[in-house]
Amino acid sequence: MSSAIISVENLGKCYRIRHQAEGRRYVALRDVIAEKAKGVFGKLKFGKQKTEMGNAGAQNPFPLSKSLLSTLPASEDFWALKDVSFEVKQGEVVGIIGRNGAGKSTLLKVLSQITEPSEGRVTLRGRVASLLEVGTGFHPELTGRENIFLNGAILGMTRAEIKRKFDEIVAFAEVEKFLDTPVKRYSSGMYVRLAFAVAAHLEPEILIVDEVLAVGDAEFQKKCLGKMSEVAKGGRTVLFVSHQMAAVQRLCSRGILLTKGGVVIDGNVEAVIQKYLNTADTMAVTLLRDRKDRKGNGRLRFHAVSMHDALGNEVPSPLCGKAASLRLHYDSDYPSEVHDVDMAFKLRNESGGTVTTFANIPAGQGRLALHKRGYFECMWPKTVLRSGSFVCALYCAVDGEVCDWMQDAFTITVEDGDFYGTGALLSREHGDVLCEHQWLSHSA
Amino acid sequence: MELILEHGRSERNYWRDLWRFRELFYILAWRDLTVRYKQTAIGVAWALLKPGLTMLVFVGFRKITKMSVTGVPDPIFVLAALLPWMFFSTALAEAANSLIGNANLISKVYFPRIIIPAGAVVTSLVDFLITLSLLAVLLVWYQFLPGWQIIMLVPLVLLTFALSVGTGLLLASLNVKYRDFRYIVPFIVQFGLFVSPIAISAADLPERWRFLYSLNPMVGIIDAFRWAICRGTPPLDFTALAMSVIITAVFLMLGIWFFRRTEKTFADVI
Repeated sequence: MSSAIISVENLGKCYRIRHQAEGRRYVALRDVIAEKAKGVFGKLKFGKQKTEMGNAGAQNPFPLSKSLLSTLPASEDFWALKDVSFEVKQGEVVGIIGRNGAGKSTLLKVLSQITEPSEGRVTLRGRVASLLEVGTGFHPELTGRENIFLNGAILGMTRAEIKRKFDEIVAFAEVEKFLDTPVKRYSSGMYVRLAFAVAAHLEPEILIVDEVLAVGDAEFQKKCLGKMSEVAKGGRTVLFVSHQMAAVQRLCSRGILLTKGGVVIDGNVEAVIQKYLNTADTMAVTLLRDRKDRKGNGRLRFHAVSMHDALGNEVPSPLCGKAASLRLHYDSDYPSEVHDVDMAFKLRNESGGTVTTFANIPAGQGRLALHKRGYFECMWPKTVLRSGSFVCALYCAVDGEVCDWMQDAFTITVEDGDFYGTGALLSREHGDVLCEHQWLSHSA
Repeated sequence: MELILEHGRSERNYWRDLWRFRELFYILAWRDLTVRYKQTAIGVAWALLKPGLTMLVFVGFRKITKMSVTGVPDPIFVLAALLPWMFFSTALAEAANSLIGNANLISKVYFPRIIIPAGAVVTSLVDFLITLSLLAVLLVWYQFLPGWQIIMLVPLVLLTFALSVGTGLLLASLNVKYRDFRYIVPFIVQFGLFVSPIAISAADLPERWRFLYSLNPMVGIIDAFRWAICRGTPPLDFTALAMSVIITAVFLMLGIWFFRRTEKTFADVI
């Protein structure tokens, strides 16, 4: 017997995707009967009747030709997880990272017994509590008090256990005054606080947590993170899924990166996060060569934009708080010497507002050498942009003449990171950029 | 404690888990009841109004067709049959929709899924117990005292409960897979009302139709209810009751078997 508290061996989970059912959320019995009937009547029909054939048939130019229909598979197997193996030791805090659809949630669902594996095996040596959603089973009509008991029971606590921790839960959630108010009258913040408070007081040997920090305000998120690291320090094993790299960085010592249902890398959390940032499926390089919607004399043309980390490796997205640089690759027919270059890119946020502009002249670097082929590099000692996407307009003038000018030239996608190095997570509502600053207190 | 998750392995822990999750079972039943009576403005009154009004319609029907010759006041005669039918039909409808209604729980938390439809049947049982007070009022009003047969209500309620669980489990799992069962269930309930002996007694039917009629498992049960409450009139038809017991057993086994077979995939398809 190994000392691991969780052993996952060659785990696979397969879903069957029905092609006829595309666009329909559910299987209806009438469809099943209709399909069967089609099978019987299909042989008797000749051209004239155009029956509804579902999508597979509709795309087929000869809807009644059985031979053609049969070349399209009726259903297809999709492996959400395949050959996943890892072990987790008692007391380890493991972050599971991956893009959407990488299989993180499926893995957690299998581990929490919600769905059965298709192959392989999982051995759990301890009581498992899983928190895949904050406030599962909360009922809006019931009061806060009633919901604590309901939610606790759903998460696997006994009545006695909930009673014992009741005061602690209420204090953590800060809802004392509203205990006997139906939760439908709660503000969303109170609701989330109460829901998390119940979950935070679970005492399982293995805790599985999915994306719960995506909700709630910054203050509360911090509290949750604190509670979770407390849980982890108490010797319990935690599996943690999040898109917030800052939270993963802070909580976990080990990371597992999933891509397309398989483990890509398993090891030190910093290394895994780095790998995740490098293998993202957004492109690290934006090609601009074929863009037609541009102005300027064309004597200098940008053909690509790429993002790099501190070591100069190409990355699809910079991490908030970490060094990064943007390279703007160009071809030019100017003589290879120093020119007056006016170079800028302006960032707009998702709601269209201008966030900031990076320009060389105000920065005091208006004289730049030009080459036949080269790149301008804009270095950020510390990425100040908040996680999210920023669409950039790109502009360049040489010796007073506009050469190349494009709106929406490229997009910078920033990953969330621990900007202040304190583990504080700030939500998007606080703005698009973060600034280094200090707080002091003086007597007056 | 070691738990192994593998394809097709969930069987072993199932009944033990069911015991472990018994508190969840109580609390979900309690939630459904609390919410039901909190949400409807008239609360408990509604649970009484429904059988009360339905009873009036059937009593009217008996008056018009001049069928009331049994020696039992018509309202009691009708209500004695209506109560088990309403218990069964609400239990069936609630159980059939219960999984869909709790989809968020099923896709986010593990527990033996059977808790949900079984909890829905328990909720309907509580409703049924409340409606019994309506019967009590009628018995007092007509000064009608039931005989010793009344104690048979206990096993009869259990039988109805078992039938509701069996058919409820079957429909609940079919409903997850085929969503048009949502339309089929109300039809079953409505149709069942017409083919159950509520306004009439099965004894009013010609002999040769009796057996066919008693293929509806509620026929034996309803007549037995009426027999238990109305001092043994009309006399008990043992064949029909035996049919009910057999069909109930079959449905219960079929329901549990089918539910167990399909429940592993609920989270994937719901």
